[in-house]
This record gives sequence, structure tokens and C-alpha cells, in this order.
Amino acid sequence: MTTTDALRLDKVSIGHLEDVTLAVAPGEIVCLSGPSGSGKSRLLRAIADLEPHDGDIWLGDRAQSQLPGHEWRGLVMLVPAESQWWAPSVGEHARPISQEDLAALGFDRETLDWQVGRLSSGEKQRLALLRALSFSPCALLLDEPTANLDDTATQRCESWLLERARQLSLPVLWVAHDSRQIEHVANRHYRIEGSRLKEVR
Amino acid sequence: MNVIDLAWWQLGLAALMVVALAACTYLTHLEVGKSLLIAATRTVLQLALIGFILEALFAASRLHWVALMAIAMLLIAGREVMARQKRRLLGGWAFGIGTLSMFLSSFTVTVLTLTVIIGPEPWYTPQYAIPLLGMMLGNTMNGVSLSLDRLTDTAWRQRAVIENRLMLGQRWQEAIGDIRREAMRSGMIPTINAMAAAGVVSLPGMMTGQILAGSPPAVAVKYQILVMFTITVGTGFGTLAAVTAGSRRLFDERERLRLDRLSGPVS
Repeated sequence: MTTTDALRLDKVSIGHLEDVTLAVAPGEIVCLSGPSGSGKSRLLRAIADLEPHDGDIWLGDRAQSQLPGHEWRGLVMLVPAESQWWAPSVGEHARPISQEDLAALGFDRETLDWQVGRLSSGEKQRLALLRALSFSPCALLLDEPTANLDDTATQRCESWLLERARQLSLPVLWVAHDSRQIEHVANRHYRIEGSRLKEVR
Repeated sequence: MNVIDLAWWQLGLAALMVVALAACTYLTHLEVGKSLLIAATRTVLQLALIGFILEALFAASRLHWVALMAIAMLLIAGREVMARQKRRLLGGWAFGIGTLSMFLSSFTVTVLTLTVIIGPEPWYTPQYAIPLLGMMLGNTMNGVSLSLDRLTDTAWRQRAVIENRLMLGQRWQEAIGDIRREAMRSGMIPTINAMAAAGVVSLPGMMTGQILAGSPPAVAVKYQILVMFTITVGTGFGTLAAVTAGSRRLFDERERLRLDRLSGPVS
């Protein structure tokens, strides 16, 4: 499924962040950084409508407030820093995932039968990305998607996400710390300073 | 067969055994003595009081007095449901949901049982209505408070799971589905167990009382079966209503998990 809808924030206020106005074009990756506690994760939660907030958020011409909560979150999908797994096996948490995608992040068909209790934090993180993409969202919100990965796995993940975002024309808002990663993946980069977002050039 | 009445001094002997137990636990530093004695005193006072009230109620046998008594029992049960929850829904919802669920199930089932099944004349005859309602409320109260406590406490502890499920586009009913099933189960398990063990492991209290009071066992058994079924139905529908309303209240109109609607832990 492809989309050509941009993700737009219009004067969004959440926590101590105020009047955040931002547009992420289809296929564009915008990175967001800032000290811990500055409200990056809460901003993503507000965009996914998990927390009450002020301001309007749009996906193309669909307003967040027009859609039921679960439909909006199915379109604008948040992948949290720490993913949760509640069913016994990995496969029960996702729609079918292609062989190609599994292989790109270092897994295979059998991974889907793995017991979730056995997963390492790095495996959980990569599988959470595959799981999110399996629901065919129209925009992605990533909260430090490579925090638990080693360098090789991080680079694999970055390339895969870049490729998928372009191919599916997904607007992506990506919270990152590492300046090398931001350099590599971001089309634009914003930093949280106080209650504002400031573009870094 | 006549009932052997108990004199107060005979009850005093039983009380002496409780005091002896309290003294033993005190001497062995097990420290349940105080709460044991307070609870025993409450039993005496509360039951003596209800004895007086029932005597008066039976003598009067008027619908409005029976109704007043029933409402008082309901409100006390509602307060008890609230008091038994570790994390309560704020803004009167804990009391409201508990009380309303018990009202819907206990009152409906009691009135149905009185009018359709037992059929005393008039239907609100307090000798039948009040004990029946009392048993219904007592059991429904257990089911409702257990299930609400389980619901809110598990939702609190598993907030990350619920929210992650919401993030993947699940509806709120689906995101909290496992927890709702657990809550329903913990509300119903005592009742189901009681039915399964009835007569084999334990002689139910009501039947024992009736036999001690001189009823033929065959009649006592029939009443016990009736009471167990009505209790199960009352508890089941009460728990169902409480779990449905309680879990809905944990989410807002945008299907967000709103744990800010729960109080902090109360021990």
C-alpha cells in the first residue's frame, strides 16, 4: 500500500512543548533530538493520540479528531522504545511478514514461531519494527528504534527503514540521539530547546 | 420439631473460646488478636442490631419499610465494594459502578425469584425478601469487588502492554480483552467453586442453618439449590456489568488508556 499523505502538526501542545508546527512529507524522514525529559516521547504519544493534547494533527486531509482513536493509530503508527509482547509466540502479534523483510533484519520464517520469553532486547526492537510495518501504516513514529542494537544491526535497520520509507512513501518522525545516525537517515533534523522545536542545519 | 433457643450466657461460652484464641495468638506474638476481637465485637453488635431491625420489619411487613431496608443494604454493600479496591476509579465511579451493578443484578434476580419462583403472599414478605436479598448482595458484592480490583490493578501494572496494543491500532476492547477476561474469572471463581464443592466438601451455611432450625433436609436442599443458582446468576450479571462499565471507564472517547482516572494504591 502506498500513500501520498503528509503528516502535519498544527500548533500542537503537550507537556511543556508548545505550539509545535511541523510537516513531514511522504517518504521524508524527520529526526527529532533533545535531552532526556525534554518531551520527545510525549510528543510522539500525542501524535499517536495516546495522550490528551492541544492543537490539530493531520494525515493528508484526514484530521486526527475525525477518525476513531484506533483507526488513527492504525494509520499513524508509533513504535515505542520498549516494545511489549503479550501472546506466546512472535507471529501472533503481527500480520504476515514477508520473507524479504524478515531477512533484511536478520530473521527468517522460523522466527515467527519463537517464544516471546526468549527474545533479547535487540530482537524485540527489530521485531517491533517488522510488526508495525506488517499493519501497513501510512506514517511512522519511531522512538529510538535502534537503542538496543549493536553497530551492524543498527546499520541494517537504518538502511531497511530508509528503503521502506521511500518505497512506501511514508512520512517518518524519528527520535534519535546519535549524530551519525541523524546524519545518515534524516532529511531534516529538529532539536527540542525549551518549549520549542528548532531546526538544525 | 422445635428450635432450641440459645440463651445469651450460652453465646458467652462461645465468645470465651474466641477470647481464648486471641489470648493464645497474643502469647505467641502472632498479632491477630486485636483485629480478631474487634471483628468479633462487630459481629455481635451488627447482628444484634439487625435482629432488632428484622423483628420490627417482620412485624410491620410493609413494602416501603422493606424497600428502605433493601436500599440501605445496597448502599452499604456499594461502600464495601469501593473500600476493597486497591486502585479506585476516581470521581465517584468506583462507588457508582459497584452499586449500580449490584442493584441491576441482585435486585432484579431477587424480585424475579420472589414473584416467579417462591411466590410468597405478598411477594415482598420480609421473611423471604430480606434474607434472600442479603445473600444475593453479599455474594454479588464479593464478585463485583474482586473483579473490579483485579481489573484496575492489572490495568495499572500492564499499562505498557495495553498501550502498545493501542499503538498497533487495536480497539480498546481488544487491547484490554485479556485483562477483562481475567477480571471476570476472578469475580466468578468463588461462586463456581462453591457450587462445585456444595454438599461434598462443605455443607452450605444457609442449608445448615435451616436444618438446625428444624427444616426437613429435603426442603433445605431445595432452597439451597435455588439460592446457589440465584446467587450465581446475580454474581455473574453483577460482575459482567461491573467489568464492562469499569473497563470502559479506563478509556476515554479517543480510546486512550486513562490511568489518571485511578487513585493511587490504598492498602
